[in-house]
Amino acid sequence: MMRQSPNILKQNKLKQWTRITILLLLCLVILFVPFPIPDAPPTDRHIRIEASMFQFTPSEIKINKGDHVTVDLVSTDVVHGFSLDGYNFELKADPGQTSSGSFIANRTGVFRFRCSVACGNLHPFMIGKLQIGPNLLLFRGIILGFLAIIVALLSIKTKK
Amino acid sequence: MTRLDLTQFPIIQKILYSRWPQFLVRAITLAGFIFTILAGILGSIVGSHNFAIIFVWIAWWTALKLFFIPFGGRSWCSICPIPMPGEWLQNGGILQPSGKGIGLRKKWPKVLRGNWLQAGGFLMVGLFGALTLTSARITAIILLAIIVLALLLSLIYERRSFCNYLCPIGGFTGLYAQAGPVEVRVKNAKVCAEHAEKTCYNACPWGQYPLALKSSANCGLCMECLRVCPTDNIAVNMRPWGSDFGPKTKHRLDEAFLGLVMLASVLVDSAVFLGPWGQLKTAAYEIGSIPWFIFAGIFLFGALVVLPGFYAASVWVANRMGNIQNSFRKSLSHFSQVLVPLGLIAWIAFTVSFAFVKFTYILPVISDPFGWGWNLIGNSNTAWVGETTTFSLFFQVILLSLGLFWASRVARQISDSTKQALPLIAFCAVFNLSLLWLLIG
Repeated sequence: MMRQSPNILKQNKLKQWTRITILLLLCLVILFVPFPIPDAPPTDRHIRIEASMFQFTPSEIKINKGDHVTVDLVSTDVVHGFSLDGYNFELKADPGQTSSGSFIANRTGVFRFRCSVACGNLHPFMIGKLQIGPNLLLFRGIILGFLAIIVALLSIKTKK
Repeated sequence: MTRLDLTQFPIIQKILYSRWPQFLVRAITLAGFIFTILAGILGSIVGSHNFAIIFVWIAWWTALKLFFIPFGGRSWCSICPIPMPGEWLQNGGILQPSGKGIGLRKKWPKVLRGNWLQAGGFLMVGLFGALTLTSARITAIILLAIIVLALLLSLIYERRSFCNYLCPIGGFTGLYAQAGPVEVRVKNAKVCAEHAEKTCYNACPWGQYPLALKSSANCGLCMECLRVCPTDNIAVNMRPWGSDFGPKTKHRLDEAFLGLVMLASVLVDSAVFLGPWGQLKTAAYEIGSIPWFIFAGIFLFGALVVLPGFYAASVWVANRMGNIQNSFRKSLSHFSQVLVPLGLIAWIAFTVSFAFVKFTYILPVISDPFGWGWNLIGNSNTAWVGETTTFSLFFQVILLSLGLFWASRVARQISDSTKQALPLIAFCAVFNLSLLWLLIG
């Protein structure tokens, strides 16, 4: 095998680092660059959520960014809670009672809401989903996946 | 490829050669294991207040996937307490074999060899997971049954037959240890070939012959070969991740099956435990009810028909596109290597959602392990509901992309051409997309 000169080795290393830097920058762009999607005008939303062992109904909710959201939490069996990830918003409803609270949906994305009062064996997994605006992270993940495939294929040196 | 032999460092060598450090760690894990069983049986029925649930399914299960396997391969197996009592009886001694051990030392039946039973065991974990993960009593009973079974089998069969062929966690760690950065190998093959006694093979609880080791799947990193080798010819290497993959490495059909079961399990666990579908959770929990049978049927159909069918179809297409036509069975085994990085990263991504949210329960159960109102370290009331953060969501996206990158790279490495790799990459991409949707969709 021919030994490469130190200069060529240095150049190859530089090329390799340049490629890695470009790739990392590309990943950052895919993950964080804002998408030009217009926001729908904010409205008032009144959402009634029934909590029972071990589900919320409805369990998947879609709203727009900026909406003024009022949640009525109704418990149909035992005491349940409602805690929304990413928002400091929590409710607690006694059996047969309704508990209400409001918040402004000022952050976009998909946020899980969970029961915050131990209600039985499956309590830790009593989860619902609130989607505010489009789920851009899912699209970003798909694009990043395509990039991962392309980079993987390009990273293998084929024998000529 | 680059390797760093850890035995060249005197301190590490001393630690690995002595049986004491490993014995002490295993004694602690055995004590923890027994304590977990006691907590499960005697403690609170509220899972989040019981040491057994939080330590087995949150702390240990997370540590296995996020630390032991990615950074140490089968390192957990080297300190696992489950085979300890059986091994003491087999060896006739606690620290080392005395030559007066008891047991029939029969060979494990040929028909039951491989990963088939471990894959079956993991399917059972999936089928009964909603109950097991939430009931401290059931968790304790399963742990007790496992240690008794391991003990009984060690009295009938030779070496660690339970770990090799039955333990579902052994199957899980063995499969993904192939991607891990640790291996035990011989330093100089010639030295071993000339050594007639084979002390390493005779001492290995796993029945491995280090000279023949080509994969880390079945080596439990117990270090016995290192200790008994008279010529100091065993190396414990740090190596690049994924070193067991390649176009010429040998793989079996049962590995493919185990890899597919793992993929199906991570999808089902994500849907059941992290999804918003309450009826699915209840169906998975109410064992014996009609909804449970429907859940079990769909799960088994997905794990045994849909996913393997999709994989088989991609392998069939890949095989047609290759320069050399291998038998379909051989190709199913050969291409199963892509399932390993794909599955390992998928389980890590799942764990980020599953466990991070529940870490707040760990200190409270240390403070009050039985849920009896104790407050040993002053943290019994510090648990809060927990939440997924923006960071963890981004982290999962990056992890899944990394898994797809790794699996695609392995697919290309073990294929004749890019064209042949594409069907396998398509399989990986569809799986990854499904998991991405379940985790962050």
